Amino acid sequence: MDLAFTPEEQKFADDVRAFVKANLPADVRDKVKNGKHLDRDDYMRWQQALGKKGWLVYTWPRKHGGPGFTPAQRYIFENICAEEYAPGIIPFGTKMVGPVIYTFGSEEQKARYLPAIRESTVWWCQGYSEPGSGSDLASLRTRAEKDDDHYIVNGSKTWNTMGHWADWIFCLVRTDSRSKPQEGISFLLIDMKTPGITVKPIIMADGGHEVNEVFFDNVKVPVANLVGKENEGWTCAKFLLANERLGIAAVPQSKRGVEALKDIARAEQDNGRPLIENQSFAEKIADLEIQVTALEYTELRVLSQMAHGGQPGPEVSGLKIRGSEIQQRLTELTMEAVGEYSAPYLPGLLWQGTNEAPVGPEYAHLAAPRYFNTRKTTIYGGSNEIQKGIISKMVLGL
Amino acid sequence: MDLALKPEHQAFADEVREFARKNLSPATKEKTLSGKHYDRDDHVVWQQALGRQGWLTYTWPKKYGGPGWGVTERYLFENVLAEEGAPRIIPFGVKMVGPVIYTFGTAEQKERFLPGIAASTVAWCQGYSEPGAGSDLANLRTRAVREGDHYIVNGQKTWTSYAHWGDWIFCLVRTNTEAKPQEGISFLLIDMKTPGVTVRPIIMLDGAHAVNDVFLDNVKVPVANLIGKENEGWTCAKFLLANERLGIAEVPASKRGVGMLRALSDDPSMAERIADIDLQVQALEMSELRALSTMALGGAPGPEVSTLKVRGSEIQQRIAELAMEAVGEYAAPYQPGMLFHDTNETPVGPDHAPPAAPRYFNMRKTSIYGGSTEIQKNIVSKMVLGL
Amino acid sequence: MDLSLSDEQKQLQEQAERFVRDKYAFDARRKIAATDRGWLPENWAQFAELGWLGMSFSEDDGGYGGGPIETMIVMEQFGKGLVLEPFLPTVVLGGGMIARSGSKAQKEALLAPMIEGKKQFALAWLERQSRYNLADVSLKATKEGAGWSLSGHKGVVYNAASADHIIVLARTAGSAREPKGLTLFIVDGKAKGLSRRDYPTQDSLRASELTFDKVSVGADAVLGKVDEGFGVVEDGVDRAIVALCAEATGCMDAINAATLEYIKTRKQFGVAIGKFQVLQHRMVDCFTNAQEARSMTLMASLKIDDKDSVVRAKAASGAKVQIGKSGRFCGQSAVQMHGGMGVTDELSVSHYFKRLTMIDLMFGNQQHHLTRYSNLAMAA
Repeated sequence: MDLAFTPEEQKFADDVRAFVKANLPADVRDKVKNGKHLDRDDYMRWQQALGKKGWLVYTWPRKHGGPGFTPAQRYIFENICAEEYAPGIIPFGTKMVGPVIYTFGSEEQKARYLPAIRESTVWWCQGYSEPGSGSDLASLRTRAEKDDDHYIVNGSKTWNTMGHWADWIFCLVRTDSRSKPQEGISFLLIDMKTPGITVKPIIMADGGHEVNEVFFDNVKVPVANLVGKENEGWTCAKFLLANERLGIAAVPQSKRGVEALKDIARAEQDNGRPLIENQSFAEKIADLEIQVTALEYTELRVLSQMAHGGQPGPEVSGLKIRGSEIQQRLTELTMEAVGEYSAPYLPGLLWQGTNEAPVGPEYAHLAAPRYFNTRKTTIYGGSNEIQKGIISKMVLGL
Repeated sequence: MDLALKPEHQAFADEVREFARKNLSPATKEKTLSGKHYDRDDHVVWQQALGRQGWLTYTWPKKYGGPGWGVTERYLFENVLAEEGAPRIIPFGVKMVGPVIYTFGTAEQKERFLPGIAASTVAWCQGYSEPGAGSDLANLRTRAVREGDHYIVNGQKTWTSYAHWGDWIFCLVRTNTEAKPQEGISFLLIDMKTPGVTVRPIIMLDGAHAVNDVFLDNVKVPVANLIGKENEGWTCAKFLLANERLGIAEVPASKRGVGMLRALSDDPSMAERIADIDLQVQALEMSELRALSTMALGGAPGPEVSTLKVRGSEIQQRIAELAMEAVGEYAAPYQPGMLFHDTNETPVGPDHAPPAAPRYFNMRKTSIYGGSTEIQKNIVSKMVLGL
Repeated sequence: MDLSLSDEQKQLQEQAERFVRDKYAFDARRKIAATDRGWLPENWAQFAELGWLGMSFSEDDGGYGGGPIETMIVMEQFGKGLVLEPFLPTVVLGGGMIARSGSKAQKEALLAPMIEGKKQFALAWLERQSRYNLADVSLKATKEGAGWSLSGHKGVVYNAASADHIIVLARTAGSAREPKGLTLFIVDGKAKGLSRRDYPTQDSLRASELTFDKVSVGADAVLGKVDEGFGVVEDGVDRAIVALCAEATGCMDAINAATLEYIKTRKQFGVAIGKFQVLQHRMVDCFTNAQEARSMTLMASLKIDDKDSVVRAKAASGAKVQIGKSGRFCGQSAVQMHGGMGVTDELSVSHYFKRLTMIDLMFGNQQHHLTRYSNLAMAA
């Protein structure tokens, strides 16, 4: 056991840092640093730079075009990107549908879809949840009926993140309504330009538009776009959800967030002194930092297990639970640090990137919207109640 | 709406305080304030003094020998006694079986049992839980089989507080095994001196002996000792549990606890934690007063009193936890002599150190007994929220 | 001791309930929030007509002789409806401070028209650096002939855009953060040299940043005594806190009711999600939290007229701690139990959540008031 990085790992870290410094566009870095909303082009420019280097799909094995990072290298890569204020990689292509395709897809499918995911030339989104199927995903009702060499898809998907920017969507659809809920589901890739698809925005509590409802009205999808076998899509779905839970802990982002919180606490005044010198508040930050450290070491333990050939087990659900709670606490403390100056609501500055001057410091107007918005982290990707249900059943045998 | 006391209430509070100062033994009071364990006499002497004054049964209506006090008098009585360091009144006679007897008992039973409770000359204990029937009380198996004018009782009760001091025990027993669990239960009074009754101590994690197993082996109990009708004991049980939950919040004792905590530490971050629990106690007290105020207007205590029990137990636990935190590492030495006996030993560390950790350990029981926190939340969820 | 409402108080409660039911359905509120003012003059006129603007003032001051309990009753219903009309800044803060500290002339000129619905107020105390310290004031008022000249900045002043008069806390003497040497001035909302930047708040109220550039006022603009404004504003804020706690109690009742309804009807895995014990217990915890919030609000409402300022301060801070704690728990739990729907703008739940969150930050959050209460309790 050794916590220190080897000289090779140290060298790798230096390479990553040099790469990020050279390739992350300054305006994108600035937006991430100041917590501003990124647009599609911001993500694309950074992801395409990573793609050229071969690092965008840093979790993929070499044989599918990944860099073949060791767990230590992944850890270093993620942390340095976060430290350098790189945007988070949009997971739908690289971490979700990509691995599903290289694990369950045909050779043709791999050849057709993987290069564009590696290079980030196609934007993917996810069609899983439905209005009546949230935590109970298997109860989904969007129907795909076979009509010669096509499926005709009808139904609606919801909580579709960034679907308004997407070129393709991967969907769970029902292809057999007579079998048990899990057994009649298929995994389908759908071009968002196909006639019959409508995207309707859902406005969030903070006033932002990031998720949508997607309606399918007699959408014609070639059978060639089916991944895996018909009615066996639940296998892909489970595989994908387990993968999703790992990265969702967002430890590097939370580490960066703690540092940003300290900066704010240094800038804010409390009885004529910097807020960070207020003992109660300093203790709250310390408490959070310890939680982040505990989570980080738990994740490192899981990664080390995987490096020795183990698969991530259901206990990764624990990472998602704690990771999401920590993200929420971070936004809560940030809002507490900002105090009453969290109250002004400045949608122009927040959403339209106007030149409106902030009220108070630049970071103030973001504090409350982020706090509101981050409530989603304990809900999405399988709510924390569902995650605890999984641990209770699969790990504890209850 | 008004929080202020009327002059007659102020006079009443003064009278209670004067009584406590005259009648509470200084040794007993010292045990309360230092967190040591009482022995049987501490309770009996104090309760008999209250009994002579007619105050022991302060929650009883006048027609059964209670003083017939209103909400304000009860509130003042409990608070003044807590402030004066009186031990809490052991509830099994006065607050549990007494009300069951005057509500469901016959005239003979009332005459026979109530005076001994009111004077605290008879000590009662409670035979409810069994090894296989904890939260799921209706699952109890202790059998009572009718034979002529007697029941023959066989089985085991557990968690029986003060059974080793008890003269009588009130028991839930199964008189019909065919019916649904709740429908075959009867409420029986048993003399602890009856042959076949055996008491075995259970030593708690702090070393104290307060609870017991009670074994019943062919115990012969006269049918005259049945309260209410045969197989309708569950009605008495529910009535008793609802009564129990109200007093179980222990607000006056927690108020005293907060005052004692404040004297222990002047560290500012500790002070804030004490302030936090102080406010929790105030919220609980106001909630209890609101419930009492509803009762005073003729309303019955609803299932929402379950939340008072939940919060009351959490608060008692938090106070014990903070007291231990205040002591720091000096909570570690285990000093049973200082806890259970009137020794003149010198404590290791400050005077308040010896009971700190044992009390913290022991208070974990409060969220378990009288229906665990989880059970209380089930009750509220079902009865109040309709889930 | 008596904790029951009188018949008149019950009527007031029913009246306020009816107002919220008739005028503050979710969509109606959305429309009100989108108007220029952010509140409706016709609603304000109705408050005047119903006597709500004068109910908590003495008959000598032209009111109807009620007190904090009446304020509590109305504010609680306002919380249930997320009412946007500026009752708190105008009546509780402005009106209250003028009634307690104003001169006869100020009362005649300001209080009487306020009760008739013809004047509104705002309190400007916060500055960028103040956080929750009411004495951390650097806006300066200097003598100018018989009157004063005010220069400096004030932030997050609720209702400043609609206020006919702004009550401004200014430093007339003493050093930074010294309570002594602060003076309250009643400034015309349209005074020369006063500029505003108006904006909506997270919870759909209206507030402004105010810049004072040599704003001239007469000697008669001083509310209370020169250099003695701190006690007046501290007392005024404590009373506003208690009213705010009542509003939060109403918010919690409403958000809990919406959540309870949701988990009874939302089905997953073939059953209503309220059948899952993990949600049942969380719902019970919400219910208990709201009960405690109500208890502390009642306690504070009963004590806020106490003669002893320490009793008042402890009551206000104590209730604010509870409201912060309970509001956060009920708000976060409601969002969580609503799932994705809880984080959208589409249901009322996120709007109650936002209001409860902002209430915690207003006039000092849970932590601030815990420290304040602790210091007061230690000193006692």
